[in-house]
Amino acid sequence: MTKGTRTPLSDLGKAAIEKKGWFEAYKWLIARRTSQIGILLLFLMGPIGGFWVLQGNLANSKFLGFIPLLDPIVFLQMLMGGLTGLTLTVFLGAAIITAFYALIGGRVFCSWACPVNIVTDTSRYLRRKLEIKGGAKLKRETRYFMLAAVLITAAMTGSLAYELVNPVSLTHRGIIFGFGLGWVALVGLFAFDLLFAKDGWCGHFCPMGALYGLIGSYSLIRVRADARDKCDDCMECYEVCPEMHVIPPALKSAKGEGPVILSSDCTNCGRCIDICDEGVYHYGIRFPNIAQEEKLKSGEKVFEDAA
Amino acid sequence: MNDQSTKKEKPGKRPVNRRKFLTDMAKTACGVSLFALAVGLNAKQSTALPSEAIRPPGALPEDDFLNACTRCGMCVQDCPYGILKLAELGEATATGTPYFIARTGPCEMCEDIPCIPACPSNALDHSLTDINKSRMGLAVLIDKETCIAFRGLRCEVCFNVCPLQGEAIKLETRANKRTGMHAIFPPVVYSEHCTGCGLCEKVCILEESAIKVLPMRLAKGELGYHYRLGWESKGDLGSKFPTADPEHKYRLPKGLSYEHSGRGLMVDPVGQPAVTMPGTKMKQTSFSTNPLDTLNKGLGGVK
Repeated sequence: MTKGTRTPLSDLGKAAIEKKGWFEAYKWLIARRTSQIGILLLFLMGPIGGFWVLQGNLANSKFLGFIPLLDPIVFLQMLMGGLTGLTLTVFLGAAIITAFYALIGGRVFCSWACPVNIVTDTSRYLRRKLEIKGGAKLKRETRYFMLAAVLITAAMTGSLAYELVNPVSLTHRGIIFGFGLGWVALVGLFAFDLLFAKDGWCGHFCPMGALYGLIGSYSLIRVRADARDKCDDCMECYEVCPEMHVIPPALKSAKGEGPVILSSDCTNCGRCIDICDEGVYHYGIRFPNIAQEEKLKSGEKVFEDAA
Repeated sequence: MNDQSTKKEKPGKRPVNRRKFLTDMAKTACGVSLFALAVGLNAKQSTALPSEAIRPPGALPEDDFLNACTRCGMCVQDCPYGILKLAELGEATATGTPYFIARTGPCEMCEDIPCIPACPSNALDHSLTDINKSRMGLAVLIDKETCIAFRGLRCEVCFNVCPLQGEAIKLETRANKRTGMHAIFPPVVYSEHCTGCGLCEKVCILEESAIKVLPMRLAKGELGYHYRLGWESKGDLGSKFPTADPEHKYRLPKGLSYEHSGRGLMVDPVGQPAVTMPGTKMKQTSFSTNPLDTLNKGLGGVK
């Protein structure tokens, strides 16, 4: 690809497959799907085969029969809703999950564990294939409002109000314990993302994603664009990235930032790593953020004053 | 560099000014509020547990339960009889919370109550260790018209399966007026012992069970908090009981006495002094010795 030429959508990913081979071009996507489905299988092995690795569901579970795991959003709702049920197990479960995702990236939950991600990714893929453009203009910050709404609702009703409708819980619990009408919510989500807004749910609304983002604000594991000099502006990474605003600060160091993707919105999904035929991206840790440090050394201001 | 100069430098780019920011935030807040309203109302409507859905043993009162239960389903997975179920979206029970239906699968009352330690959040009260002390609901023989025991037939199936047979369900006897020569053995539930496990409802031989486990709120009355049952409180409180039973005093005509426990109003035997209650001073009157004369006085009776 010539430098500076944007890849047409129909050729998306072709350069990577040609250059790196099919497997390398889908490596992290395959790993993610394996992880997502694998987690589901670990939960299903108990009820189906009597082999209990993970008991419960993603909201709250027990790993290997004794390690408690609890979703932080459930924990926060319990805190807001009236403090009943806050046992040591609950605290421990929430602490373990929070610490885990704080280390490896909060929104790793979204891209590596959440079952809804498979649905919304499919929606996103179809949207591209069917060339559905446009849709509602939504603010990414909406998710923080949603998070606040979830907590306020819990406080006002004195119950885990959001857990009655949380599509993530509905889906995961549905697969293990029976869906009921939960599939309607899932189809609705799929259609919304497909027809009304690109990345509508996961990228703008989901309060769980918002909370996990906050948890992973200072996570150690990050995607790095160390070889950003090789970037030929094909824009393919922007096309596949579910949170494309996280890329420019790392890739185009206009303000002396990078080369680490530091935004907590980044889900560490690794699609940019797969799709880049120039090998710009790779997984790494958040240190060192060279460009920034060089600037610091040379005595320049790292961040421009907000105008 | 101030705001104004920035705007001049970048004429093509619409600046994010305070007004736009506030409008955007207000729009978002408005939309999200609607979402919160829907979620909140939905949650409020889900607080009424349908009466046929019974919570597992040790479940906290419904209000607390709905905040404590994480909807993990581990009680469901640890129930050896597989009677528990997590409510699915669209059911009347709060989505994701565990329950069972007595008629199709009652609680088998395991001695070790495995569902309780499975609960990570104490939504099923960990302090409950004796299954006989659980109160999942209360069995009520709700349809005495249809229950065949009440019609004089020997059924007693509910009595026979009751894990607390003879305590939670007892058979009583009464005369069968229809035949005039047989007994009826109606089963009677005692709330002091009934755990609400629902085995009785499950086995009732009728098409629709005549005995049903109801939530306590529907099954039990409640005495006013200020009520004291004298004959019970007297023993507990002794002399402190505020209204001590006064001795009954009757102003009866001469020659009459009243035996409080037993024979009632009596004519004293002739020639014997009237029995008077202690402390009562009887007046001499000219009433007839026939008590009916006194009672009928003023109604045209004998003078």
